[in-house]
Amino acid sequence: MKYLHLVWSNLKRKKLRTSLTLLSILVAFILFGFLSAIQQALVGGVAMAGADRLIVRHKVSIIQMLPESYKARMERIPGVSLVAHQTWFGGIYQDPKKFFMQNPVVPEEFLSMFPELVLPTEQKQAWLATRTGAIVGRTTAERFHWKTGDRVPIQSSIWAQENGSRNWEFDIVGIYDGKKKGTDTTPLFFRYDYFDEARGRWGKGQVGWFTIRVADPARAAEVAKLVDQEFENSSAETKTEPEGAFVQAWASQLGNIVLIVAAILGAVFFTILLVAGNTMAQAVRERTGELGVLKAIGFTNGQVLALVLVESCLLTVLGGVLGLGLAWVMISRGDPTSGLLPMFFFPTRDLLVGLGISIALGLVTGIFPALQAMRLQVADALRGT
Amino acid sequence: MTGPLHWILQVGAITKFGLLSIPQRRGAVTATVIGVAGVVAVLVGVLSIAAGFQKVMAVSGSPDSAIVLRSGADSEMVSGFGRDQTRVIGDAPGVARNDRGPLSSAELFVIINLPKRATGLDANVPLRGIESAAWQVRDDMQIVQGRMFEWGKDEVIVGSGAAREFAGLNVGSKIKVGRYEWPVVGVFSAKGGVPESEIWSDAKVLQAAYNRGDSFQSVRVRLNSPGAFQEFKDSLTSNPQLNVKVIRQSDYYVEQSETLTRLIATLGFLIAFLMAIGAVFSALNTMYSAVAARTREIATLRALGFGSGAVVVSLLIEALLLAVVGGVIGGSLAYLAFNNLHTSTMNFQSFSQVAFAFQVTPRLLVRGVVWAAVIGLIGGLFPAIRAARLPVALALREL
Repeated sequence: MKYLHLVWSNLKRKKLRTSLTLLSILVAFILFGFLSAIQQALVGGVAMAGADRLIVRHKVSIIQMLPESYKARMERIPGVSLVAHQTWFGGIYQDPKKFFMQNPVVPEEFLSMFPELVLPTEQKQAWLATRTGAIVGRTTAERFHWKTGDRVPIQSSIWAQENGSRNWEFDIVGIYDGKKKGTDTTPLFFRYDYFDEARGRWGKGQVGWFTIRVADPARAAEVAKLVDQEFENSSAETKTEPEGAFVQAWASQLGNIVLIVAAILGAVFFTILLVAGNTMAQAVRERTGELGVLKAIGFTNGQVLALVLVESCLLTVLGGVLGLGLAWVMISRGDPTSGLLPMFFFPTRDLLVGLGISIALGLVTGIFPALQAMRLQVADALRGT
Repeated sequence: MTGPLHWILQVGAITKFGLLSIPQRRGAVTATVIGVAGVVAVLVGVLSIAAGFQKVMAVSGSPDSAIVLRSGADSEMVSGFGRDQTRVIGDAPGVARNDRGPLSSAELFVIINLPKRATGLDANVPLRGIESAAWQVRDDMQIVQGRMFEWGKDEVIVGSGAAREFAGLNVGSKIKVGRYEWPVVGVFSAKGGVPESEIWSDAKVLQAAYNRGDSFQSVRVRLNSPGAFQEFKDSLTSNPQLNVKVIRQSDYYVEQSETLTRLIATLGFLIAFLMAIGAVFSALNTMYSAVAARTREIATLRALGFGSGAVVVSLLIEALLLAVVGGVIGGSLAYLAFNNLHTSTMNFQSFSQVAFAFQVTPRLLVRGVVWAAVIGLIGGLFPAIRAARLPVALALREL
């Protein structure tokens, strides 16, 4: 490391060229960060799914409802430890474009089914005590400036109350946070008992889908089969699958996002490889004479190779760290599409992958110039000046 | 020799000289050209998704047809009517008629799960129950394979997009809807519009299968003329028996494509903009090194009486040419790779799949080349100014 000074001076020699190369590497890593966040927002839910949870929906389509009475029958199936249901409410607050999800749920079973939603105990008590109470995620609460105690009007595009009105009002009794970074904290949840009694005749006693917790995740597939068998040949047959598979199928309905992101990143890094590689090749070419001198005064081939590789890695890692840092700052400001991508953040895993790529980029761009430098014959190199 | 012709000759001479030196700088030049090509390919590629989706929506609605939904419903999914109401809607003024009555189709709209061919995973496929006028309230509907279903019979026909994207929709196969199995008897086209992503059956058959009684979710009508829309709309909204919203079919589809198009365009521009910044740095790098390599030559020309303006312009032309070549390569790559690439995606508003094809339109290609030109100009400007400002004597002494 005593040669770091030498490497640094070499980089500083052509300040303009170094900074331009650095900047293009930096931009590549900002892009890497952004695309990671976009991919996370669109398909990241799969990683958040619980391994011990199954989703039960109507076999024909999720838009068709299931009887709430299925719950008791599911609870009797061996291997099922907990059952909770949700229903799509399709509500609009102020503007249809400000989308967020609202679902009626049974508070106690719902909260124990989804321990990743963190709600203070006293707020949970308040919810259990308030029929019209609702809890909302931190993201949506901050977006609309809602506080506990607020009464919020939400218009449902699907559900009318007994008197025909589609305007519903909920009392915010709690604001929940996510236990992990990827937890979606945009939905609002309100009480099913209030919902079922208030809704008109249509749909009474019907719910959207069930979530089941299995006692032993290893037996999840077996339990899923038992559930579907239980309701076979009934008027509402079910399809049961692991939560992860359900979320994945859902995400893939949008299209093959992983492939698109990979293709764009491929194009970006291929370009950067050329730019940075060209810079290093030029740098070594210009310095043939000096490298000859270094070798003449006793630098080994390995040292010369390392000198060039360290220089190229320093350049790419510097660009990578700055780029990833900037991306992190920009992404922390939140969803750029105002509400379409609720889970927009920079996953730590991808941050580390980015750092790895920056080192790899340095090695790949430096290796050919470095080998060239290593193979220099002292006499040729000195003559070349 | 003076005057503009002389100046142009100067520019030409320096440009030619620059272009001839490209082989000596092939590393840097390749990096720039490919950098610009990458930007343009990604820009055009991503925006062609939005263009393809928009095209499907745009060809789906004509201005002389209208869709009627329950007031407050933003899609057919959550709308609902009884038979008496759909009859009132069909009889409203402004609706075109033929010998069998008003051109009005009361329809049902549900979703069934079918695996996508591309992934094998379940997707929401729209299943629509229609009345006979469905063929007249839409444009250019045609059976392209098999035959039309028989009215009242448990049969379906499928759109050509749906047949392509989802498994099990070939003529002769059967789809399962709950306890029913319906044979697919035909494939229809709708000049690339939304109906091509749907499965169609007789509304009465669907009502029975879904226990819907005699209810519907939307009514589509063909109007006498685009101008009849206001009359039609006013008569329905002022009718106390009804509580409806009336939308021109063309507007309805534009509204449906908004969310997705906005998402794609926002992200596409963001990505392309960042890439463009990277490409500008790469172009600057190349042109600075081009200037550095030619310092003495440029100084010699200046000493011979070539103007500094000519030097600037010729370097700009060189950068512009490199970038435009990159742009054309990128645009062609995007065209070859993406144009007419069939796929399907989720339409958030109707909660169901829409089949579409990427559209690399001439407008997108032009836009890509314009981006390339801007990158080239910015990348060439600063190095060109530096070259023009070099003191001649100093530059001649260099190296």
